[in-house]
Amino acid sequence: MEELSGGEMLIRALHDEGVEILFGYPGGAVLHIYDAIFHQDKVEHILVRHEQAATHAADGYARATGKPGVVLVTSGPGATNAITGIATAYMDSIPMVVISGQVESRMIGSDGFQETDMVGVSRPVVKHSFMVQNAEEIPRIVKKAFHIATTGRPGPVVIDVPKDVTDPKLKFPYEYPKDIKLRSYQVPAKGHSGQIKKAVDALLSAKRPMIYTGGGVIMGEGSEELTELTHKLGYPITNTLMGLGAYPASDKQFLGMLGMHGTYEANMAMHYCDVLLAIGARFDDRVTNSDTSKFCPDATILHVDVDPASISKTVTADVPIVGPVKAVLKEMITQLDNSSNKVDEHALEVWWKQIEQWREKECLAVTPAENGVIKPQQAVQALYEVTKGDAYVSSDVGQHQMFAAQYYGFDKPRRWINSGGLGTMGFGFPAAMGVQFAFPDAISVCITGEGSFMMNQQEFATCMQYGLPVKIICLNNQALGMVKQWQDMQYGGRHSHSTYSESLPDFIKLAEAYGHVGIRIEKLDELHSKLEEAIAMKDKLVFVDVLVDPGEHVYPMAIKGGAMKDMVLSKTERT
Amino acid sequence: MRHIISVLMENEPGALSRVVGLFSQRNYNIDSLTVAPTEDQTLSRLTLTTTGDDARIEQITKHLNKLVDVVKLVDLTEGAHIERELMLIKVRATGAQRAEVSRTVDIFRGQVVDLTANVFTIQITGAGDKLDAFILALGDNTVLEVARTGVSGISRGEKTLAL
Repeated sequence: MEELSGGEMLIRALHDEGVEILFGYPGGAVLHIYDAIFHQDKVEHILVRHEQAATHAADGYARATGKPGVVLVTSGPGATNAITGIATAYMDSIPMVVISGQVESRMIGSDGFQETDMVGVSRPVVKHSFMVQNAEEIPRIVKKAFHIATTGRPGPVVIDVPKDVTDPKLKFPYEYPKDIKLRSYQVPAKGHSGQIKKAVDALLSAKRPMIYTGGGVIMGEGSEELTELTHKLGYPITNTLMGLGAYPASDKQFLGMLGMHGTYEANMAMHYCDVLLAIGARFDDRVTNSDTSKFCPDATILHVDVDPASISKTVTADVPIVGPVKAVLKEMITQLDNSSNKVDEHALEVWWKQIEQWREKECLAVTPAENGVIKPQQAVQALYEVTKGDAYVSSDVGQHQMFAAQYYGFDKPRRWINSGGLGTMGFGFPAAMGVQFAFPDAISVCITGEGSFMMNQQEFATCMQYGLPVKIICLNNQALGMVKQWQDMQYGGRHSHSTYSESLPDFIKLAEAYGHVGIRIEKLDELHSKLEEAIAMKDKLVFVDVLVDPGEHVYPMAIKGGAMKDMVLSKTERT
Repeated sequence: MRHIISVLMENEPGALSRVVGLFSQRNYNIDSLTVAPTEDQTLSRLTLTTTGDDARIEQITKHLNKLVDVVKLVDLTEGAHIERELMLIKVRATGAQRAEVSRTVDIFRGQVVDLTANVFTIQITGAGDKLDAFILALGDNTVLEVARTGVSGISRGEKTLAL
């Protein structure tokens, strides 16, 4: 049997696991591992400029491909810098394996240089973690880590590796396990047929049905089945922020996103439905609007999720179904086809009539500014047209994120890459890099704001090093827009520490300083042509600084403490 | 309502901290906790008591089950079960008090496990409320120190928590 050092084993195990790329940053505790990387060419290592960006890039890669993202960081500050990215992945159930260096085993607990208890620090934000005790167990631990990260409800797994374990002088027999069984970790293969039957019966007895799906449909590769089921039923459907693209946005049965900044029609249909089918969604407070006692008051709730702990956590399910989304949807379709009951077409027609009335409100209609100033919504609409709706769109967090979700209609899964659960500013740019590494020929766009962008702008350097032609569309309103919006609406317009217009950098010069291209767009009449110009530069990173109306708010917006039907629709209108 | 949850988990480093961390992270409370390896050295058995309504207990058991180290668990309070806790208690007693303490120990079926001129060290086992009652029965100012193990439990009859 081949003999390898611990450091070599780690990299070889990644290769044997099918990993093609890892994002990382070297440091003392991982130098043996980096030397092992130097001696091989099977796994490509990407040098980022901050460990947080490594995790977000791996995360973006994972969201776009469905494959696990892999990260390598050193001990101490390297490890703690990775925490935000690990927490981001954890909240959105993204498969990720993070290898962190650790001080030598004999030093652990001595407050050594660059020592942090990574297993302890990361514990609340990982699906599981391992501390390697000796080199021989590396292949099994790597196998277990990938198995846990990618199955069931996916999530990040940390492998903490003390430096002595990777010593190049100590070699051990290496064999990568073909598969692994964990007696304490089992993943359901299918849903309970009896429960699925109950759900199908409830769906067919509905007068005002509604389908609500989340990120679980995308992570669980269930988009095709979801679309088929929804078409067969003819029922209205909405997606969460995390679930956009699971069902084609251009389809007439799609009511848009729901929740805090969801469409009027989606939120109204949610509130008034009598049967709600929730799939791979977790009834998060940005959907239900904090007071769950007012949520869907008339609805029988059918909830499909692979994670039993997500069911009846915030809203009690009448028919819980634990199982992988794809398998459950498949069985639902089969049972539906074989059922003697049929959809109540008359009731459905009445329901759709009601929904059409809600739609007529055109809650997302954009009123152009009189002075030619660009509305942020118009920038997203123009980007959609220029990219023909076919780009991978990453975003940061804030108003621009909501505008992107509302106005870039996603027709395919894995095209919308955003930090929905943790809401991490600084996520978008490195995530767009991860997407671009996965799909070098695709258009990878990051819709961001100047506030979020500055949280990871150092990655300009990474993009130069690897020639990544990411397109950054910065909706520049010279303020922390979402904070400012809340201050406008709830704090009497007192903009406490949410503005900084006098100190913003010249983003064009900043991009140019790194060797990239910068384009500024100030007027509506040049929006389309300059965006086209930017997207046409296929081999260049282009930073597009779009100066947008700084006073714009995101609407609709849920009224705090209300039901889903309670929304602010504009600066002057409420439901 | 009070629940006794017994957890069979991998006897591995970090397993206990994951269980305890889960409780603080999700704002669940632990009233008592006891843990030790089982007859199978690869497994530990952890027993904890907690309080909450049905929905909360359901979430607690679901989240415990999600932990990769947790192999199996049971909410003992759902069925017939035996609950025990061991207490070591040090009591000051002189003169006439000594006979009084001895009698109380007998009534509660405890044992005096150490004795000095002024101090009784008593071992007593039973359900938590029995131990509470014993402390109350001793009266004021006599108790010097209390060491309780926390609740351990097992279900009655054929039902077992095992692999």
